[in-house]
Amino acid sequence: MYETKYHRASSVSDAAAMLKNADDGKLLSGGQTLIPTMKQRLAAPSDLIDLRHIAEMSGITKQADGSIRIGAATTHAEVASNDDIKTALSGLADLAGMIGDPHVRHMGTIGGSIANNDPAADYPAALLALGATIETNKREFSASNFFTGMFETALDEDEIVTAVILPVAANTAYAKFPNPASRYAMAGVFVAKTSAGARVAVTGAGQDGVFRMPDMEKALDSNWAAEAVVGIAPAEDNMLSDMHGTAAYRANLVTVMAKRAVAASA
Amino acid sequence: MTTVSMTVNGKQISGEVEDRTLLSTFLRENQGLTGTHIGCDTSQCGACLVHMDGKAVKSCSMLAVQASGSAVTTIEGISQNGQLHIMQKAFKENHGLQCGFCTPGMIMSAIDMINRLGTDLDEKTIRHELEGNICRCTGYHNIVKAIKAAADEMAEVLEAAE
Repeated sequence: MYETKYHRASSVSDAAAMLKNADDGKLLSGGQTLIPTMKQRLAAPSDLIDLRHIAEMSGITKQADGSIRIGAATTHAEVASNDDIKTALSGLADLAGMIGDPHVRHMGTIGGSIANNDPAADYPAALLALGATIETNKREFSASNFFTGMFETALDEDEIVTAVILPVAANTAYAKFPNPASRYAMAGVFVAKTSAGARVAVTGAGQDGVFRMPDMEKALDSNWAAEAVVGIAPAEDNMLSDMHGTAAYRANLVTVMAKRAVAASA
Repeated sequence: MTTVSMTVNGKQISGEVEDRTLLSTFLRENQGLTGTHIGCDTSQCGACLVHMDGKAVKSCSMLAVQASGSAVTTIEGISQNGQLHIMQKAFKENHGLQCGFCTPGMIMSAIDMINRLGTDLDEKTIRHELEGNICRCTGYHNIVKAIKAAADEMAEVLEAAE
């Protein structure tokens, strides 16, 4: 690892000031992607600003309108085991419990995951399907405006994700096909029966990161059943194709995972 | 250099480190606690597991400065008064190891598993929860057996205490 300077922030404004003063600073949350990346010398920030000790960024609250607010520094383990989430958004709790392994889930955070927007990360599928709001120290984004491409988000360089707000949905479920070696999603599909209709979002498979499946949504609106999505697959042109699987293989996986998710949501 | 202070195995310690020093390096090289192993360098093997503030974490995937102010328990800190921890004893009795390299991480993972899920563990759960620990000898069978035996013994101890 190259040299770096560590700073521990005590508030969001403190972190913003530290980031502003840094030459080439990076925000450090759970660090389960950033630290391994720095170990490989694929990232060399001059400064690290640790967000893990900012009390206002942590915790899960059920709000008056029923929606759930998750502080950005909340760990995957906390999301997976939270009773409000297990009741109102069981698919989200299941998804959080499938990220990495138990030890990674003790450190990794929802804010870190979405700010990195790894094309194989799990959370983006849930946020896009549920129509989440992403709150930063400057403004709010809808999930559809936030995730802009592979490892790309609409965040400014000096912007900090502070929380995620998730409206509740009647039925939610997530199904993923993990790569047998890395355990990252080759295709992960989150389905939700929301007040605005059926929503289907896919991670792991697309070249541009997370995306929705409008044809599946239409089919599920008239029939919320696994057989409704049979024969509906994304265009192969937009799928990742690499040593782990061809575009055609991934396109098919999306359909299979969507079927499994709908079946599990009942 | 930065001074880090933390509780390690119940003892308040401090040391001088570079900010880029990993917690695993600090424990091994600064504190001489070489029971924490480095198996993979890719955050996958779990040989470096320690408990930080009661939760199992990969000490190779965090900086020592991140752990400053925390309470850390390593494999050296789980025996008491010269008596092996029930989990250590079960690994010994069930031969839950082959070369022994992954064993400290396996034991720290197994104790964390029981802390989180309780002692009523079936084989399927144990295997699933070991996702973050790799045994290069593939000696999982006896590892799983050892964890099950320790969980059963801990349940008995808890029951007797009630």
